[in-house]
Amino acid sequence: MWSGRRSRGAYGIALALLLGAVLSAGCATDPAEPSPAAARQRSVDEDGRRITLTVGVFGTFGMEEAGLYDAYMRLHPDIAVRQTSLTRNDVYYPQLLTHLTAGSGLADVQAVEVGNIAEVLATQADRLVELGTVPGVDRRAFLPWKWAQGTGRDGRTRALGTDIGPQAVCYRKDLFARAGLPTERGAVGRLWAGDWRGYLAAGLRYRERAPEGTAFTDSASGVMAAVTASARVRFYDARGRLVVAENPAVREAWDLAAAFARRGLTARLQQFTPGWDQAFANGRFATVACPAWMLGYIQDKAGPAGRGRWDVAAAPRPGSWGGSFLVVPAAGRHREEAARLAAWLTAPAQQARLFARRGSFPSASAAYALPSVAGARHPYFGDAPVGALFATAARGVPQAPVGPKDALVAQTLADVGMLQIDQTGRDPDEAWRATMKALDNALDR
Amino acid sequence: MTETRAATEAPAPANPVRPAGPLPPARATRARTRFSPAPYLLLAPFLLLFAAFGLFPLLATAWASLHRVELTAPGQAEWVGLRNYSRLLDDAFFWNALLNTVTIGVLATVPQLLLALGVAQLLDVRLRARGVFRVVALAPYATSVAAATLVFALFFGRDHGMANWLLGTVGFGPVDWQNGPWASRLAVASIVVWRWTGYNALIYLAAMQTVPRELYEAAALDGASRWRQFLHVTLPGLRPALAFTGLVSTIGAVQLFGEPLLYGSGAGASGGADHQFQTLGLYLYEQGWVNLHLGRAAAIAWAMLLILVVAFALVRLLRLLLLPRPKRSGRAA
Repeated sequence: MWSGRRSRGAYGIALALLLGAVLSAGCATDPAEPSPAAARQRSVDEDGRRITLTVGVFGTFGMEEAGLYDAYMRLHPDIAVRQTSLTRNDVYYPQLLTHLTAGSGLADVQAVEVGNIAEVLATQADRLVELGTVPGVDRRAFLPWKWAQGTGRDGRTRALGTDIGPQAVCYRKDLFARAGLPTERGAVGRLWAGDWRGYLAAGLRYRERAPEGTAFTDSASGVMAAVTASARVRFYDARGRLVVAENPAVREAWDLAAAFARRGLTARLQQFTPGWDQAFANGRFATVACPAWMLGYIQDKAGPAGRGRWDVAAAPRPGSWGGSFLVVPAAGRHREEAARLAAWLTAPAQQARLFARRGSFPSASAAYALPSVAGARHPYFGDAPVGALFATAARGVPQAPVGPKDALVAQTLADVGMLQIDQTGRDPDEAWRATMKALDNALDR
Repeated sequence: MTETRAATEAPAPANPVRPAGPLPPARATRARTRFSPAPYLLLAPFLLLFAAFGLFPLLATAWASLHRVELTAPGQAEWVGLRNYSRLLDDAFFWNALLNTVTIGVLATVPQLLLALGVAQLLDVRLRARGVFRVVALAPYATSVAAATLVFALFFGRDHGMANWLLGTVGFGPVDWQNGPWASRLAVASIVVWRWTGYNALIYLAAMQTVPRELYEAAALDGASRWRQFLHVTLPGLRPALAFTGLVSTIGAVQLFGEPLLYGSGAGASGGADHQFQTLGLYLYEQGWVNLHLGRAAAIAWAMLLILVVAFALVRLLRLLLLPRPKRSGRAA
């Protein structure tokens, strides 16, 4: 982002920069990031055998923190692994596309978010190395739908799954108790088992005796995302057609989420903003739809004060929200070594370790039987058996097709329409029309 | 500053080649017979840089704006003529962004320049520890826009923000500074005011100190109040500085980007749930880097440039029509 660099003295060139930025994607190699190449050259030994592989990720992927790179370097003394990281995927992804199309500035292994994977495979397949045939990669070790998402129309698998986001519902035991709801996680799960409308009913019960200053859930957008995540068809149908506007499942999710907002069950927050973070710390809401990766987030934001207050119960219906893949760009200098690294990082044992250390849930179902997953309990969430809970959810995830603009559609639904209903009290039908208009504009239809 | 430099230096290489009428004939013939590459060589680094980072992006953006280009495949461009421009005419999001840009621009620029005048006037008076005050005035300008905006986003938080807490202590209800259309625009404008007031104040201060002190003494002898001195001595002396800050602030307002982007708390570039504070810069970014439509983004970039050009042409025209006399004296000077 060039915003941070802007200075008043340089306003003259600001316009040129602004214009330049638009096309730097198309025509220029990016000089801003020489690090992967530089690092690579530096580490090639005199005999030219020790090489450095770079892994480009967004957010806190956790592979470095879980010690996976160190372990790999111990196994392969001739290889060094470095990570480059950008905080947010909406900055990372356009840059990845730019680098892929320019064939430079790339890391040897790059992460791709599930919302972007279909677009990457549809438009960049010839710039990626096929990974399905790399020694050590076993398709039967992965969940079939995750494997399918990483496979292009030509049947070649170019992206290996890392984590997935099987869903649960995180809830505050203390607030549930004060509102007269059950607090034991089995009983809580039964409140809404099988149907998201049960979640709404529980919310209405909560509201009757809600502790002062608290809401049942954080945001209508969160409900929307969770409900769509458990649908059999989401934004694209099996033939790859965009069906957001006419898919009854999306509209049902919309109406249900809108009901949360209209009936005052939400804290009217926007997810992943500072206000949302603060609300975790201040205990402003009692539940939040909880993909596996959310547990760590809650632990960070609610802090030590939340310890023992939070618990986690099964979601009404299984679904997966989020998750990622690893790809190997064909422009890399060490494609074979990079492919082997990607295969190793996504193998069941490493995914299990990532789950144990960081909470990212494996997409390799073979890992679910490993004791570090099957027996995993989360001390922060009242020793909840998160391994078994999320494994059950993961096995039940419907194999919904993903399309090229999944991420953009989800973001528009959450940040435009549902936010209007939740925060400005706009009529759901009106907001739906505004969202569809924004979507048509964004998708250039 | 590239543009101003380009304006002053670009004619320079043209000079020797031009069959210069007013030049003495001896020099003119020498220039024609003995071509010297030295000036070009000396200018070459700048010209190369300017071509690479000034001219080429401009032209390539113009080219992109005439095509349908996606970030997923920048190599495959489909000629669409002026379609990217014509569609802006009935693009509600574009007009919304333009209106927001103008609104926030006015909300930010006017108070900012007036405040800067006041601050400069205060600093011009002999104060103790003036140096400290000058540093304080410039501190916001030196702060990164990211850090400043994040602090402002917290300050204007709906539930736990200080702005609402302050409003509460004087008996007003909380304001939704994110979703209220005017509240959010005011909040974004306030960040701009906070950041640039000190900078403009220092420019005014520098200009004020060039006004001869005797003029003030003479005015005081004639019995002029401080206010009249300010109106009739200070302000006329500040005219070039006022013109400069007005120009620079206008350009800044049209390009406003970082503040609204970050004020949206990092939730995309939509400028709020209802695009209520999406500026042109933000819409350009959304089209190019979120929606991946490079051609459309390029067209918006050029539209922004055209808007600036038209705005400045209008200002010139207005000055010609409304202020013929100062204009003439200005030309003589």
